[in-house]
Amino acid sequence: MFSYCADPKTLEGLMWLSCYITTAKHMSFYVSFLVVMGLISLAAPLAMAFGFAGAIAARSSIRVFRLIGKGYLAMIRGIPDIVFFLFIPIALDQAFEFLRHKVLCSDVTEPIRQGNDFVVCAAAKLPLSTASEWVHDMYGFLLALLAFGFVFGAFTGNVLSGAMTAVPKTQLETGEAFGFSPRQIFRRILLKQMWVYALPGLSNLWMILIKATPLLFLLGIEDIVYWAKELGGIKTGVYEYKACHLHLFQIHLPHHYH
Amino acid sequence: MKKILLSAFAALFMVGSAFADTVRMGTEGAYPPYNFINDNGEVDGFEKDVGDMLCIRANLDCVWVINEWDSIIPNLVSGNYDTIIAGMSITAERDEVIDFTQDYFPPSPSVYMGLSGSDVDVDGGVIAAQTATIQAGYVAESGATLVEFATAEETISAVQNGEADAVLADGDYLSSIIAESNGEFANVGEVSIGGGVGMGVRESDGALKAKMDKAISSMKEDGSLNALIKKWFGNDANTF
Repeated sequence: MFSYCADPKTLEGLMWLSCYITTAKHMSFYVSFLVVMGLISLAAPLAMAFGFAGAIAARSSIRVFRLIGKGYLAMIRGIPDIVFFLFIPIALDQAFEFLRHKVLCSDVTEPIRQGNDFVVCAAAKLPLSTASEWVHDMYGFLLALLAFGFVFGAFTGNVLSGAMTAVPKTQLETGEAFGFSPRQIFRRILLKQMWVYALPGLSNLWMILIKATPLLFLLGIEDIVYWAKELGGIKTGVYEYKACHLHLFQIHLPHHYH
Repeated sequence: MKKILLSAFAALFMVGSAFADTVRMGTEGAYPPYNFINDNGEVDGFEKDVGDMLCIRANLDCVWVINEWDSIIPNLVSGNYDTIIAGMSITAERDEVIDFTQDYFPPSPSVYMGLSGSDVDVDGGVIAAQTATIQAGYVAESGATLVEFATAEETISAVQNGEADAVLADGDYLSSIIAESNGEFANVGEVSIGGGVGMGVRESDGALKAKMDKAISSMKEDGSLNALIKKWFGNDANTF
């Protein structure tokens, strides 16, 4: 980054440190903090939305909604996270590409599934293989966000539906006595009173969400843990600056021809 | 809300304008000197040099993608990138799932690396290897106890902290670690397993395979491949 960093052999002490912590690799490390924080700050509200829908569905008086809601909450909580983190992004990606293939390349007759291969026409790729790298990154980020929202939505849903059950029945009955409709009771009493019971569980989920972010690399996003591992890993002479490589190469060649 | 959903749906079906032959090259970025991430945060190594030159010769526009070793084949077949160029030996088992080009790196021996001065029983001891490598497969059948790790680097740590007696990996990966360990590690045995290293492509992608095969042949013929092998693996490395 600084001009004096050009020749690493001359560096010492603080000068060396200032060069070391400003390499492009370190910069990627710093940026990954923002990426991860951006992800969790978007995943948390998304999980709340999924959870809220799940909790309401699970408590619905309509049987079908109740089954869907309870199924969602129980299934996601019962199956290991890592399965969903692998399944949702790949399945969503393939579903999108499958739809695009059907719409954009309707003239292609070759099957999409050829043995192990999932082959869609070039125009149906999402993102296109010609797209710049940031588009690929953004797409991966969105898929990861959906996966996090979906999985943590189930946890949130369980906390919320538990909190709704914990609101004292007498309070709801009081609302009824005042002539509130069921809808009004839900909105004006249940929804407000439940937060007291939901908050401890939600703050715990927030911690779990933060802890789960290293799963991001599974989804192809280079997160904090990836760069930390990369920076802390074993380094041999191979990692030396490119300039040094060329230098060594030129010295070695004459030896070989002796 | 409806509008947002609609426009998101419409965006899903937008068509891009140009279709140049862009090939996405998938690599691990954690197996020096084959492939690693340099101080600029970019892919570097023998395979970066070879891959870039192959793309020039085959007239393709290449971009590099990093993917962890564990899921490198599933992501190729589901189309997230188009080639695997990650020090992957050509084996019959892998060939059932994906296709390989001809080798761009000749077969070279695998090495058992243990602590210097330790007496390692390579056929009965505890041997570390990276998951889903030919070395892991070999150790599992050799009678030794296999401990698998997701990255090559963790196998080295396992030897360092005594969890494993030795690690089995490509000699070219271990040689610089042995040489620069100040005598902590030593070569405690060698075996020849696996064929050469080739580029993995989808079985349905015959056109790309043919282009790459042709480019590799041309690099073998004019000696530029051998020059790159010597640049990255030293003058004693096997060449074509």
